[in-house]
Amino acid sequence: MAAHRPIATTRSATGIPTGRLAVWWVIASEIVIFGGVLGSYLMHRLGHPEWEHQSVHTNTWIGAFNTLVLLTSSLFAVLAHNAAELKNGKKAANFLMLTCLGALTFMVVKGFEWTHEIQSGFTMQSNMFWSFYYTAAGLHGLHVLAGAIIMLFIAADARKNQELQRVEAIGIYWHFVDIVWVFLFPLLYIAK
Amino acid sequence: MIQKYVEAASTYAGDIDSLILTILAIVGFWFVLAELAFFWLIFRFREREGQKGQYVAGEAYNETKWVSWPHYATLVFDVFIIYSAIHVWYQVKQTMPPADETVRVIAQQWAWTFVHPGPDGKLDTPDDIRVVDELHAERGKTYHFELTSRDVLHSFSVPAFRLKQDIIPGRVIKGWFKPTLAGQFDIQCTEICGIGHGLMPARIFIETPEQHSDWLKANSVAAAKAPSAPAPGGMP
Amino acid sequence: MSADAHAAGHAAGHHEEGWFQKYFWSTDHKMIGMQYMFTGMVMALIGGFTVYVFRMQLAFPGISVPGYGRVTASDYNALVTTHGSVMIFWVAMPVLIAALGNFLIPLMIGCDDMVFPRLNRLSYQLFLLSAIILLASFFVQGGAFGGAWTAYPPLSAKPQYNLTPHGASLWLLAVALEFVAFLLGGINFVTTVMNSRAPGMKMFDVPIVVWMIVIASIVFMASVGPLVAGAVMLLFDQNFGTGFFDPAKGGDPVLWQHLFWFFGHPEVYVVLLPAVGIVAEVITTFARKKLFGYKTVLYTAIGTGVLSFFVWAHHQFIAGIDPRMANIFSVTTLLISIPVAEMMFVYIATLYGGTIRMKVPMLWALAFIGEFLLGGVTGIFLGASGSDIYFHDTYFVLAHFHYTFFPIAFISVFSAVTYWFPKMFGRMMNETFGKIHFWGTVIPFNFIFIPLFILGVRGDHRRIYDYQHFPDLMKPGMQDLRVLATLSLVTLIAFQFVFLANFFYSLFWGPKASANPWQSNTLEWVAASPPPHGNFPEGLPTVYRGPYEYNHPDRPEEDYWPQNVAPTGGQ
Repeated sequence: MAAHRPIATTRSATGIPTGRLAVWWVIASEIVIFGGVLGSYLMHRLGHPEWEHQSVHTNTWIGAFNTLVLLTSSLFAVLAHNAAELKNGKKAANFLMLTCLGALTFMVVKGFEWTHEIQSGFTMQSNMFWSFYYTAAGLHGLHVLAGAIIMLFIAADARKNQELQRVEAIGIYWHFVDIVWVFLFPLLYIAK
Repeated sequence: MIQKYVEAASTYAGDIDSLILTILAIVGFWFVLAELAFFWLIFRFREREGQKGQYVAGEAYNETKWVSWPHYATLVFDVFIIYSAIHVWYQVKQTMPPADETVRVIAQQWAWTFVHPGPDGKLDTPDDIRVVDELHAERGKTYHFELTSRDVLHSFSVPAFRLKQDIIPGRVIKGWFKPTLAGQFDIQCTEICGIGHGLMPARIFIETPEQHSDWLKANSVAAAKAPSAPAPGGMP
Repeated sequence: MSADAHAAGHAAGHHEEGWFQKYFWSTDHKMIGMQYMFTGMVMALIGGFTVYVFRMQLAFPGISVPGYGRVTASDYNALVTTHGSVMIFWVAMPVLIAALGNFLIPLMIGCDDMVFPRLNRLSYQLFLLSAIILLASFFVQGGAFGGAWTAYPPLSAKPQYNLTPHGASLWLLAVALEFVAFLLGGINFVTTVMNSRAPGMKMFDVPIVVWMIVIASIVFMASVGPLVAGAVMLLFDQNFGTGFFDPAKGGDPVLWQHLFWFFGHPEVYVVLLPAVGIVAEVITTFARKKLFGYKTVLYTAIGTGVLSFFVWAHHQFIAGIDPRMANIFSVTTLLISIPVAEMMFVYIATLYGGTIRMKVPMLWALAFIGEFLLGGVTGIFLGASGSDIYFHDTYFVLAHFHYTFFPIAFISVFSAVTYWFPKMFGRMMNETFGKIHFWGTVIPFNFIFIPLFILGVRGDHRRIYDYQHFPDLMKPGMQDLRVLATLSLVTLIAFQFVFLANFFYSLFWGPKASANPWQSNTLEWVAASPPPHGNFPEGLPTVYRGPYEYNHPDRPEEDYWPQNVAPTGGQ
């Protein structure tokens, strides 16, 4: 049986709900992690102009499509939050499911994209550009996956009109995942 | 003072030692003062019959000055130390006085190869003298060194020179020294480089001009006769 | 307020916990805090054993070390690596931040638990897993990783160089998992302090140690990200053939160094701040004095935290970075000595006008100040780029950081444990044995590291398992200094058994403790010793004043004024 909720969880000396504070903390730590990866990539890229011979092989159309998919999924997350504010758990859950569908689409498209690239010989080991490409996008993909899984659990609760405040929290996390991609897309796909 | 325990054998060793002593004097004085004040306060305000503690918030100026004045003093002395330190650093690491000779230092797991230019005074010529774990230099000459590694990070350290410089594979790192004292001194690797990190001592032989020219004659003949010792894995 | 009281009453009478639930599956912050503490104690024994073995080898080269056997060159590197990694990641951090933070924070801010108890439990479990993975690395083929806790590539990246392929990856995984555990733990510390403070507890009424743990958590979180990124890259270099740090594949070994030290330097302040917080709590209680300049301490702590992000390359002065950069970092490094020195001055000033009770926790807190001062001033020699050329990678560095780390990880922790033991376990530790342990630790400590300072100045470089190969390092007196340091270490370790005996004896049979045996002001002393589940079953406290109102002129009848005692009529 679930542990009782301590009073600590319900207090709010700052006026900001604790769930939201927690998500901002998680996002702050993730920003520094992705900042480290992308910062290292940028430093290397600036010192290796010949990487443009590798980066020309990324598929900008697929990258753009995936960007659109993620942005749309973020829109659904916003709509889910609106519904949750209006205490409509069922509607919020449905919008969250659409967000997850976006995540699934993103991962499937990436699966095809990477398969094609690997079969063309662009593996993680073939060049430093590709090492960074797979590492950065892979790390991002893991966060998409983890976020989608957590979102499924939150949607299940929301459908029963429980823990609706978590819809906003996962939405904030989702926007962050989106923003990381908005940085990755130009760095990996557009900069040629 | 350090020279009592580790000889100073380069032109900048004395400067580094003076810097260390300057810092010691400044920092030592304040350290002793702080510890004395600290112990005195413990003694003076130890618990005794009838002694009550005072209520001191430490917000008013005549209270905070006891902390802020030492704090400003720290700042002033820090600035002085920074200036002195950068002066020494600049001389050792940011200047390259014109070289009389250049030597190449090749570090590997777990040995040093020193390539001396030989009688013609130029590196990468057939009369180069390659020696493992021994560096021969002439007192009074200015040397440039080129550091390379065959595998992992190493570090070229000559305590008698007060010199140290890490070595990075894939790069050639340059520096300089000018020996002032004849004798034999340790060369150390000062970056952990595997299980043999403690098993790659080397020695620098600082020779008078006569001794050095004797060494050159003895070794360049040998070098001309025999092929130079092959390096594992080929030339760097 | 009444809703709080109602819910508290509800919660307290709720559970009948089984043994497993209470000790292994608990979400109670006090139990989780103790889990971290006991795990940290076990890891400290391991860290202590490693140093005993390798120092015996240094003092008596070739000896068969009692309890271990002969130490090969490869063993030596693994022992040194384990010692450093364990002491920083699996002793200092869990005890100072996770154990004390978890135990103290809800009690000191007057609430019943952390905001996210199940997340709290998960962070401990991940932490425990990380410790197990690290220990597992000793048993895999090739043995434990031996590339030092700094793990510089290419040595750490390529098995043909380090000869410990599995050990290297396991070490890295253990460290990365430990980081994740602390990132999760930080969520609780920060949100709980921000949101769950007792009614009436304003920002400047929060005890300093709580602030310090929060600031430390923020500094940790902001600095560890790039190293997590670097760890992923190193793991890929080790196992998947990438070349992030391999010059032959276009990579750069120095990138790792930057990623590592960008975290590594703030990390030392992450562990320093809680230690300094403990000292604040103890010296105010035992000098019966208000803290001199609460705001100064707070602002210098924040300033130190911020500045700590701008000094990292002082670890890399001669690493092959642009020499011009070294000047910038030398400036920032020397400047950071200023806020830290100011904090020490404030503590010394707090003693003025006090009436100092020389109980065991106070002895430790005073020893922290005295010893840490030496650690701090010796840092100046290293932050000054010109002198660092000589001192880098010598025992001078090692003695400097032990004069800072030992006070942080052990002296302040002994102060904390002896101070809060009554609250944690409801019993008092023995004062006499506490004093024996104190002197038996502090005196030998100095006899270990003063010789090592001297050896560093005389040229002893680091991570060398046998100095007999270096003629200039076997000059008269040098081996004697190594032996002196080792024998002092053995003495110090022997006296730790006095502490362990005192600790465990008192745990079961010590005299029972009252709620507030030290007559302190902060809220944890309002709760029973030990506090029940829910901490304050009679109702969560309300706060009326700051934490250090000792000998307040408006309260002449007592020399202390707990935070939760309602003001007298005229106030």
